[in-house]
Amino acid sequence: MRRLIVLPWKKSVEIAYKSIRARFFRSLVTTLTLVLAVSFLSFSQVSIDIADKMLATGDPSLCQMLMRCGYDILPGDTSLAASPKQRWIITLSLLVCVVGIINAQLMSVTERFREIGTMKCLGALDRFIVRLFVMEAAMQGFAGASFGAVLGGISAFLAALFRFGPDTISLFPWQAIFVSVSTAFVTGIGLSLLGVLYPAIIAARMQPVEAMRVEQ
Amino acid sequence: MSEKLIVRVTGVTKDFDLGKIVVKVLKGIDLEIETGKYVSIMGPSGSGKSTLFNMIGGLDKPTQGKVFIDEVDIAQLDAYELAWLRCRKIGYIFQTFNLIPVMTALENVTLPMTFAGTPNEAAVHRGMKLLSQVGLEGRHGHKPAELSGGQQQRVAVARALANNPSIILADEPTGNLDLSTGEEIISLLKQLSQEQGTTVISATHDFKMLNVSDQVIWIRDGRVDKIQERAELEIHTGGMSS
Ligand SMILES: Nc1ncnc2c1ncn2[C@@H]1O[C@H](COP(=O)(O)OP(=O)(O)O)[C@@H](O)[C@H]1O
Ligand SMILES: [Mg+2]
Repeated sequence: MRRLIVLPWKKSVEIAYKSIRARFFRSLVTTLTLVLAVSFLSFSQVSIDIADKMLATGDPSLCQMLMRCGYDILPGDTSLAASPKQRWIITLSLLVCVVGIINAQLMSVTERFREIGTMKCLGALDRFIVRLFVMEAAMQGFAGASFGAVLGGISAFLAALFRFGPDTISLFPWQAIFVSVSTAFVTGIGLSLLGVLYPAIIAARMQPVEAMRVEQ
Repeated sequence: MSEKLIVRVTGVTKDFDLGKIVVKVLKGIDLEIETGKYVSIMGPSGSGKSTLFNMIGGLDKPTQGKVFIDEVDIAQLDAYELAWLRCRKIGYIFQTFNLIPVMTALENVTLPMTFAGTPNEAAVHRGMKLLSQVGLEGRHGHKPAELSGGQQQRVAVARALANNPSIILADEPTGNLDLSTGEEIISLLKQLSQEQGTTVISATHDFKMLNVSDQVIWIRDGRVDKIQERAELEIHTGGMSS
């Protein structure tokens, strides 16, 4: 007799997908937090990429334009890394985003105590529960991060077009932009997974007796 | 064969430590349950039926004493073996039905089979058969919210049977059902225990259960008050209003 307990990947994906769909509005709000944070990150990075490239041309008229648009350029600068203030704001927004995700996921765990307990009574192992929550977060993360990263990139592109004029398009550093957008995307998925870690552990540690509790 | 014990409980006590006070819920329970019997654990509300039920089902650990399922001390099992026991050996039925709300009736029934490693097609086939066995033909695509209480409990019965368990544990299975629906569930359980030789252990304070029980274990204040066999019950049923 082999004592085998399994949950195939295909089935986990199916269950996670159903759970998201069943709580679509909640998932949407959680995902939206991620979209905002990731698009802000993507926007900032892409804007810097573009400005960097303009500065690198060494063309004084472009430098003038950058300074007019609020960039602090000192003579001799060759790159426009984000200012400490800007970095601080980005970090803060990502932090707020993670806290928001943790909060939403904790609520979702609490709401599903009975469901989790029941699954454990049916033989689910702790790691199945973790996997279901991580899978949900990964799906939300994928949706939110891809949408946010692209949204931020496009906004930065349009903003640059508007500020510096259409003549500068030829200067846009497509490769650097692609790297920045991808980085924002990966960061977004990372944030989503980071946010679900603690709630998923709480869920997995839950005892199956919880399923039995009858609220009076 | 019918003499074989499936559940043995020896000297089980359970205390709940609430910080300031310790509540002693079970105060030393000894029980032996034979394979294939329909056993009711009866007692007033708060007497410790659910607590005992959780011990037998391996859902909670006794403070003292031991629970044996098929002569295996379940305190000795690791997490993996315990999950296996819950999945394959025991089918649980709850007062509150506890179907997974996002899944259809069929998916609820096939979930334990998935955990047990049954291939999807076979699980679906068996799931459909079980659903029609409990009288829910054509309802397999419905979500729990689209089913009545009695129908949900039928799905739960089908789910409990999914992996052909040796024991069905039911805690107040009729507690949230009206009289006639409750009777339907009881006779369904009785029929299953007769046809498949499954041991049914049900905690209840529903006297409707008395008629179908082979054995009734009366619990009072955390102790076994008395154990009655079917023969004794029939004599006493008339005066069973206490
Ligand atoms: N987790 C718990 N913590 C503290 N007390 C509990 C807990 N579970 C049950 N009890 C207490 O144990 C007693 C018996 O409960 P229970 O087994 O649910 O009774 P029954 O199912 O017979 O109605 C009750 O007084 C209840 O308050
Ligand atoms: Mg109870």
